[in-house]
Amino acid sequence: MLEAPAIAALTILVLALFVGVEIITKVPPLLHTPLMSGSNAISGITIVGAILAAGSEHGTMSTVLGFIAIVMATVNVVGGFLVTNRMLSMFKKKPSKS
Amino acid sequence: MSPVVIQSAYLVAAILFILGLRNLSSAKTAVTGNRQAAVGMLVAIVATLVDASVLSYGVILAGIVVGALAGSVLALRIEMTAMPQMVALLNGFGGAASALVASAEIFGAGHTGATLEGVVPFAIVISVLIGSITLTGSLVAFAKLQELIGGAAIKYSGQQFVNGILGLGMLSLAALVLMNTGNVNAFYGLVAISLVLGVALVIPIGGADMPVVISLLNSFSGIAACATGFVLDNSTLVVSGSLVGASGLILTQIMCVAMNRSIGNVIFGAFGAAVQTGAASGEVQDQGNVISYTAEDAAVIFSNAQSVIVVPGYGMAVAQAQHAVRDLTDTLTEQGIDVKFAIHPVAGRMPGHMNVLLAEADVPYDKLIEMDEINPLFPETDVALVLGANDVVNPSARDDKGSPIYGMPILNVDSAKHVFVIKRSMNPGFAGIQNPLFFKDNTMMIFGDAKKVVMSLAEAVRKY
Repeated sequence: MLEAPAIAALTILVLALFVGVEIITKVPPLLHTPLMSGSNAISGITIVGAILAAGSEHGTMSTVLGFIAIVMATVNVVGGFLVTNRMLSMFKKKPSKS
Repeated sequence: MSPVVIQSAYLVAAILFILGLRNLSSAKTAVTGNRQAAVGMLVAIVATLVDASVLSYGVILAGIVVGALAGSVLALRIEMTAMPQMVALLNGFGGAASALVASAEIFGAGHTGATLEGVVPFAIVISVLIGSITLTGSLVAFAKLQELIGGAAIKYSGQQFVNGILGLGMLSLAALVLMNTGNVNAFYGLVAISLVLGVALVIPIGGADMPVVISLLNSFSGIAACATGFVLDNSTLVVSGSLVGASGLILTQIMCVAMNRSIGNVIFGAFGAAVQTGAASGEVQDQGNVISYTAEDAAVIFSNAQSVIVVPGYGMAVAQAQHAVRDLTDTLTEQGIDVKFAIHPVAGRMPGHMNVLLAEADVPYDKLIEMDEINPLFPETDVALVLGANDVVNPSARDDKGSPIYGMPILNVDSAKHVFVIKRSMNPGFAGIQNPLFFKDNTMMIFGDAKKVVMSLAEAVRKY
C-alpha cells in the first residue's frame, strides 16, 4: 500500500527525526521554554496546507475549514515567534556584572 | 511559479528551521536562531501563495490578517508568568490547524471526486485524531493553568474504564474512516470522540505534572503537522513536524526523568492513589516543631552569610515575586554575599519556566545553576532560601521509601547550614504530601506572601 512518494516522505521523516534529536538534546535547560514556544511556532508550518485548502476552490467545506486553519496556524506562527523573540531578548542582556 | 522553484523554497525553509533550532542551543545565538526560523516560515508561506493550485486569495489574506493580529496581541501582552498557558494555547491551535487541513482534504476530495489513495487516508486519520486530542487537551491545560478550573487532578471511579471505551471507540471509528473516506458520519464521530478524549486524558492530571503534559502536547502538535505532510505529500511539513515532534518528546522525557516517573504513570496517574496514603503525612506532622521567623530576624542571618542559594518554584510565579527576588539578590551581592539560583528541571509549570521569569527580572543567567551542578554546593552554603518550591526540595523523595514521590531527584537544600522557607501557610503542597524539611532544626519558616516577604527581607538587610 506504500507507494514511492510515501516512502520518500518516510525517509525524510526518519532522517529529520535523527537531526531533531541531535540538535534538540544540545539545547540547555536554561532555554527550554523558548525552545518550546519556538518549536511550537515551527509546527505552525501546517499553514502551508491551510493556504492550499482555503485557496484551491475545492468546495465550501474545504474553504471554510482552510480559513479557520489559516487563522489558527497564523496565531501559532506569529504569536510563537514573537513571544520567543521577547523571551530570548531577555536572555541576551549582559551575562553577569561581577 | 514552477513546482521546482516552490519545492526549492520549501527546502530553504527546512534548512532555516534546522539552523534556527541549532542556534537555540546557546543564549548568545538564540535570538538569531529564532529569526532564522521565522524567515524560513515566511519563505514557505510565500512559496505556497504562488503555488498554481491556489486560485483565490481573499479568504487566505483575511485569515492571515486575523491570525497575525490575534497572535501579535497575545505575544506582546502576555505576562512572563503566564507563559505556560500561552504555550499550551499555541500547541492547541497548531494541532487544531493540522486536523482542519486534513479534514479539508477529505471534504475537498468529496467535492472534486478525487480518490484518496495509498498512505493518504491513514495520514488523514492520524492528523485528525492527534490534532483534535491536542486541541482539547491543550485547552484543558490552559484552563487549569489560567485557573479557570481547579488545577487539581479531577478523578472519578471508573475513569480508566471510560477512557478505555473512548479509546476503543476512537480506533473503531478510525477503522471505518479508513475503509471508506466518504463515510462522513464516521468521520464526524472520529472528530467528536477525539475531542472528548483530549479532555478526558488531561483532566485527571494535576498542576504539578503540567510540565510533562505541555511537553507532550507540544510533541503532538508536531506529529499532527508531520501527518498532514503525508496527506499533502509535502516534505517541509514532514521535516518541520518531525523536528517539533522530536523536540517535544525529548522534553517530555527530561521532565519524566526529573520526576522519576514514567510517561504512563503521569498520564494514567498513580498520584491519586498516592494521596490516599495520607495517614503517613499525619505522622510527619509530629516530627518536630516548626520554627517561625520574621523577615527582620532572617535578615540577621542573611547579612552574616557568605553564600546564599535561592530555590525558586511555582510559588514565585504565582506571587509575581521575580523582580523582588532580583532586588534582594542585588542587595546581598552589594554586601559581598555570593548569590546563586538552584533550578530544578520541573520547578514551575513548564520546562525552563523559572529561567524565563528570572531572565525577565534581569538576573544574570550564569547565576542560574542546574540541579546536578548545584547539589554538591549546598553543604558549603550558609543560607538556602526556598521560595515557593515544595516537592522539589522534599527530603522524603530521597529518604522515605514509603513516600509517593520517593526516588524523585531533589535539590538537597536541607544540607545547607540554614534553610529559610517562604510559604503562605503550613498547607501541604500541590501533591498533598507533607514536607519534613519544614520541621528540621536548621529550617526556619517565614510565613507570608512571597513577594512581600522578599521585599521586607531586602529592606531589613539594607538596614542591618
